[in-house]
Amino acid sequence: MNPILFAILVVFAIGLIGAIILVCASIFMYVPVDERVEQITGVLPGANCGACGCAGCADYAKNVVENGAPVNKCVPGGAKVAAEVAAIMGVEAGASQAVKAVVACSGTCDKTSKKYEFDGIHSCLAVKGLYGGDGACAFGCLGYGDCTRACAFDAIHVSDQGVAVVDRDKCTGCGACAKACPNSVISIVPVPPKRMKPVVMCQNKDKGAQTRKVCTAGCIGCMKCAKVCKLEAITVENNLAYIDQDKCVGCQMCVKECPVGVIHLPA
Amino acid sequence: MALKLASIFFTMILVDNYVLQKFLGICPFLGVSKKLDSAVGMSLAVTFVMVMATAATWPIYKFILSPEGSEGTPRDMAYLQTIVFILIIAILVQLLENILKKYIPALYKSLGVYLPLITTNCTILGVTILNLDNGYSFIESIVCSAGAGIGFLVAMVLFSGVRRRVEEANPPKCFEGLPITLVAAAMTSLSFMGFGGIVEAIFGG
Repeated sequence: MNPILFAILVVFAIGLIGAIILVCASIFMYVPVDERVEQITGVLPGANCGACGCAGCADYAKNVVENGAPVNKCVPGGAKVAAEVAAIMGVEAGASQAVKAVVACSGTCDKTSKKYEFDGIHSCLAVKGLYGGDGACAFGCLGYGDCTRACAFDAIHVSDQGVAVVDRDKCTGCGACAKACPNSVISIVPVPPKRMKPVVMCQNKDKGAQTRKVCTAGCIGCMKCAKVCKLEAITVENNLAYIDQDKCVGCQMCVKECPVGVIHLPA
Repeated sequence: MALKLASIFFTMILVDNYVLQKFLGICPFLGVSKKLDSAVGMSLAVTFVMVMATAATWPIYKFILSPEGSEGTPRDMAYLQTIVFILIIAILVQLLENILKKYIPALYKSLGVYLPLITTNCTILGVTILNLDNGYSFIESIVCSAGAGIGFLVAMVLFSGVRRRVEEANPPKCFEGLPITLVAAAMTSLSFMGFGGIVEAIFGG
């Protein structure tokens, strides 16, 4: 008999016998698994983004069934998945606030400049390690796409203007990009059900004059927005305006008032 | 006969310890040695799989892959050793996982991801292959595997103690975590060198 054929047959036979033993073992020693775990895993988006705080979708499903974890923890799935998981578990879903990522930086190429030419690994983290980044503004979007690589939903891309832009249709608010950004430019902002609320699209905490030198679009901390806001939703801290999304009603007075135009609705 | 078996057994534990002298199976050695109970559980699982794997691979090698008198002929399929042994070990580990899941769920849970890792644990493959290289008989092979497993247990238990001390110590920042663990492992290994020759002296092997 051909030795090669014989060798193949031997390995095949050993594999087949092993397979039969394993099949028998899995039938005779079957451990009933709570079928709800599999159902919930099926309902979840399956991106394993970890926004719920578990190791992955399957782990979250297990946590829901066995440890009674809240059913509305899945950020990408939102209210729809929460309702489905709740239906499987037979409990109330509770409110699930939709959130989306916002890149709080307006420093496009025409507004700010580079400190030096970076010619290394194409990564925000790498460039951040070299004199705090190559941008004239040390707080802005570095534009090397660490967020793009972190996103499981293909929802954030660096535009040709050098600033990351969130695709709000695709964004699920899982927060992976916010974690990946070394400059913490990305924040996760709740999406109001009715009227959109403005966001300060800048992270620069330097004094106004200093900010003005490095970026024409930066927040200079002039307090005009804080004064115009009737609901006291805007505070200026460390020369940077901050809008409390809970107090804001979306009247957009601040948008009109801002001299540098850094406050606007998330696109 | 009994003397030879005892000699093999204790040689595997003290002199030819797989972890500390042959440097096989370092992954579970570093990964599971943090806690004493999971270290013991892992070692027992490894010992069990080692003995089972040897009991299964030895006859398969001697009677199917490379029967007596076939050396040098096309019938000799010793070259299939590695792939067939890995296949058998994988099947055994899967079987063990099923058994543990059914009968000892607590151990199954505490072993977690390390149980499937036994599949690719080089100590198991190493034991089965080295048994044949050393020309051991079936009984000797089984005793050798059991000894290797117990040796693994001894190394794990000793090292989990060492690790507790290391964890409570305050090493320089750059040594924290894995580096200091590896240094400690090297010293534990070095101390085992002291057993060299002790088994020959006692059993006259």
